[in-house]
Amino acid sequence: MFLSSSDRTAGHTRYTTVSIALHWLLALVIVGMFVVGVYMTDLAFSPQRLKLYNWHKWAGVTFLALTVLRLLWRVTHRPPVLPAAVTHAMPRWQMRAYHATHHLLYVLFFAVPLLGWAYSSAAGFPIVWFGQIALPDLVGADKALAELIKPLHELSALALMGLVGLHVAAALKHHWVDRDGLLLRMVPGRR
Amino acid sequence: MNTHLFLSAMTTALLAAVTLPAAAQQKLLPAQSELSFVAKQMGVPVSGRFKKFDAQVSFDAARLATSKVTFTVDMGSATMGSAEADSELPKAPWFNAPKFPLATFTSSAFKPLGAGKYELAGKLSIKGQSRDVLVPLAMTQTGAITVATGVLPIKRLAFSIGDGDWADTAMVADEVQVKFKFSLSGVGKP
Repeated sequence: MFLSSSDRTAGHTRYTTVSIALHWLLALVIVGMFVVGVYMTDLAFSPQRLKLYNWHKWAGVTFLALTVLRLLWRVTHRPPVLPAAVTHAMPRWQMRAYHATHHLLYVLFFAVPLLGWAYSSAAGFPIVWFGQIALPDLVGADKALAELIKPLHELSALALMGLVGLHVAAALKHHWVDRDGLLLRMVPGRR
Repeated sequence: MNTHLFLSAMTTALLAAVTLPAAAQQKLLPAQSELSFVAKQMGVPVSGRFKKFDAQVSFDAARLATSKVTFTVDMGSATMGSAEADSELPKAPWFNAPKFPLATFTSSAFKPLGAGKYELAGKLSIKGQSRDVLVPLAMTQTGAITVATGVLPIKRLAFSIGDGDWADTAMVADEVQVKFKFSLSGVGKP
């Protein structure tokens, strides 16, 4: 009742509902888009491929918009601080890795879709969001530039997946090895 | 009746003899002409152009009734700027260029709209299908060159362009804008 935040234990200190909802929704979008992205590039010229490319672009722009909201929410609603027990148990390198991972994740949340958008613009295909709203081109149509941006979009997406893997591994390690209840702060519907 | 037919045939031949030498000099200048199209894929405008086309023009603003344009497009010369699309366009679902190498437009009537504008009625044949079309046309004179420009919206499915899997207009819109800019020599007086 009169506990300060540092007195709270991990199990009681949770992310806000909005944060939790955005976290899991966007996690699904990231994994889904990665799978679709890898799959669609190998398809032959077909309506199916055209459809997937457009869905991928629409989802990417939606992801970007939600990421802006998410960042604004995060800045205005600070995440719960790590429980003292957890910070004491973590070596310095783990604390550094924890901060670096989260910062890099946010950098890539922006970089991956923006590079995809720029690639589409450079390739001469403006994005029309959900087939309705024509979005501005980030760069002019330029085949050579498109070929330059394409691998950057792919590499940044791979890097994002790598970081997601690291993030999941760390969360599961805290949950099953350290048993510190850290994961419960982000689980929906628990009190 | 026979004499009447003979007379009118003679008149036509005479008229042709008079107008043809002038008409023979009317030529399309390919290097200064453009024929392009814009289609929409899931709302995204994608454009292409034809590299080879030609026209037989016999135009006289003072004699619209005998003015005539016949236009041919080499359907195998279409390009959308990417190797992948360019290899698909000549195939059967799209232009089927090996079977229907040429698209043609043959005019039937010029209707003057004033200020160098015309409505050109004629028959457009693409992929073995003919449709009557009305082509809006604006003509401007720069020196010895006459430039005719216009945009003709056509329905791709009326010409079976994008058959089978591609017939879904939610994927590729039915309406395609055909844009042209034809530079002609010998039409107007400089």
